[in-house]
Amino acid sequence: MSTVRKNYVRPLDFKQGRVDMSHGSGGRAMAQLIEELFASAFANEYLAQGNDGALLPPPAGRLVMATDAHVVSPLFFPGGDIGCLSIHGTINDVAVMGAQPLWIAASFILEEGFPLGDLKRIVDSMAAAAREAGVSVVTGDTKVVEQGNADGVFITTTGVGVVPEGVLLSGDRARPGDAILVSGTLGDHGMAIMSKRENLSFDAPIVSDTAALHGLIASLLETGVDLRVLRDPTRGGLATTLNEIARQSGVGMLLSEAAIPVKPVVAAACEFLGLDPLYVANEGKLVVICAAADAERLLAAMRAHPLGHDAALIGTVHEDAHHFVQMKTSFGGRRIVDWLTGEQLPRIC
Amino acid sequence: MKYVDEFRDGEVAKGLAVAIAAEAKPSRNYSFMEFCGGHTHAISRYGVADLLPANVRMIHGPGCPVCVLPIGRIDLAIRLALDRGVILATYGDTLRVPASGGLSLLKAKARGGDIRMVYSTADALKIARENPQREVVFLAIGFETTTPPTALAIREARRQGLKNFSVLCNHVLTPSAITHILESPEVRQYGTVPLDGFIGPAHVSTVIGSRPYEHFAEEYRKPVVIAGFEPLDVMQAIRMLVRQVNEGRAEVENEFSRAVTRDGNLKAQALVSEVFELRRSFEWRGLGEVPYSALQIRAGFAEFDAERRYQLTYVPVPDNKACECGAILRGVKKPQDCKIFGTVCTPENPMGSCMVSSEGACAAHYTYGRYKDFPSEATA
Repeated sequence: MSTVRKNYVRPLDFKQGRVDMSHGSGGRAMAQLIEELFASAFANEYLAQGNDGALLPPPAGRLVMATDAHVVSPLFFPGGDIGCLSIHGTINDVAVMGAQPLWIAASFILEEGFPLGDLKRIVDSMAAAAREAGVSVVTGDTKVVEQGNADGVFITTTGVGVVPEGVLLSGDRARPGDAILVSGTLGDHGMAIMSKRENLSFDAPIVSDTAALHGLIASLLETGVDLRVLRDPTRGGLATTLNEIARQSGVGMLLSEAAIPVKPVVAAACEFLGLDPLYVANEGKLVVICAAADAERLLAAMRAHPLGHDAALIGTVHEDAHHFVQMKTSFGGRRIVDWLTGEQLPRIC
Repeated sequence: MKYVDEFRDGEVAKGLAVAIAAEAKPSRNYSFMEFCGGHTHAISRYGVADLLPANVRMIHGPGCPVCVLPIGRIDLAIRLALDRGVILATYGDTLRVPASGGLSLLKAKARGGDIRMVYSTADALKIARENPQREVVFLAIGFETTTPPTALAIREARRQGLKNFSVLCNHVLTPSAITHILESPEVRQYGTVPLDGFIGPAHVSTVIGSRPYEHFAEEYRKPVVIAGFEPLDVMQAIRMLVRQVNEGRAEVENEFSRAVTRDGNLKAQALVSEVFELRRSFEWRGLGEVPYSALQIRAGFAEFDAERRYQLTYVPVPDNKACECGAILRGVKKPQDCKIFGTVCTPENPMGSCMVSSEGACAAHYTYGRYKDFPSEATA
């Protein structure tokens, strides 16, 4: 990978050092950054090939590929950072297709002047998240842009996974009569970011739910139940995800506000900032649509998993030519839970 | 959530719904206007209308600050940002209000205008302190609730000796708007807008108190019940209005007694009158020119007045011809009566101002209630 000879170069200074333009120039400085930081953190046989691309063995089964760009601000937030988020985000996009995630490609846009120590924290966090999830970062790229042309670091990850035989998950499979489940409390990630940005402090701090969901999903697939749709409700929250599914499947939905799990501290923070938790991003939650008869079994399977303790049945699918997602309010009325308009929270993931 | 959930309790709501249905006489209709966008939003978001009997109808009023801001005023702000290169700071909803030439502040930002969303006037002052080499203009909008913070910012700017901060003032007054509606031909000549009473503002009344409404209650024989912005507040206020109508009373009653007094916040009132004075006339979107309905910065604070500082001249711009915002803001039409509602005009692409803010009558109906326009979907 690198032609830099050890001992001839001073090691990267992760205490005081900063990213400069040479780290993206293709020269020795870049080679050193790749070797001392990325290659050592992500170490695996494919990355060790040292080529421009990773040569991978063909897996048995259908492939899923997904990509996700991460631009979250702040880079470090309660419960995680852009590093683990960039791994979880892409794993989850692959996993909700029913796939076992295998490999990840990571591309970094670094801003000149960014502290190398922070970059190391981020890369280490990515490596730890990948290890824990059993995926390998097999190839990558680094670019540096002048100060002011980025905000610290942006990370784009692309994941590949393989779907077992017989699994067919798709947003167009929701049918009238189906049940709508969520794996836990909503809005944790977005409000963790917002409370940090707005300097809100609570007795119990709000912590991001960022997590890789493929383990939870595998436990649902193991039940043998016909899962129709899985989605992770990230940007735009539950409301956006359900509207997407309703449109894709050509159905309507009716939710029960009282059944939707939201942590009291998240509800309070939303109230304070004038936000609706149904539109706030999650990074470790799952929306499941299944036949009504299978709902209890899947709920039990979710609740048995550490990431699904607070799983709940929140609504049903019905026929509706307009594809409205409606909700019975706890107050006793009824309303639409519409598509998000404009931008509720920028730079959340 | 303590102190919030108590005011959104579904069981209490059911009880109130039964009481309203029992007290409302089946022989007549009741039409009440909620003046404030905050009430409009609560009614739509919690589904309050679903709990009311068919003969009790709510009319959405003009009390949404973003909705009543005329195109010409936004144009002034856009020109300041694009032509004069100022940093323009304003509250979030204002960014999306459609202005002339297909622009909005958000679109002007994409064209290179330095336009920043702030949560408070303190943030705007901070921007001015941190950018001493730049001119910073705060686009101030809102009713009596947001006026004291603007006054405070102007006083603070003087105290801190800020030379690069000014305010484009668009603060408007609730009582003059209510009078204007009561004086409108649609209400006076009966028929078009049957108005049996008002739900009075919540936050505005914490500042101005309940006294200013006594005049209309007496003069126009319309009951006013000041109510909080929680859905149970609204239900309780409706019940109180029904009672007043039934008993032939036209008084100012205060449901929001946990926050509103008869005199209001005297300190805030003093601050406002130190910095602001009445404007002879101001254009409201939908209502047109309304005499003595807005505030301007006093000559003593002229250096902080963007209109004087940049010698701005106001040019009125007519609304889109198809847009019914005017009639909707006066309660003459409902959002769904507008031809472009939900087709050309949507929250993503608002033509009229009522579609912009979540407090606007059109946006509230579109976002929360449009399924009711399709009877088959309302029963699913």
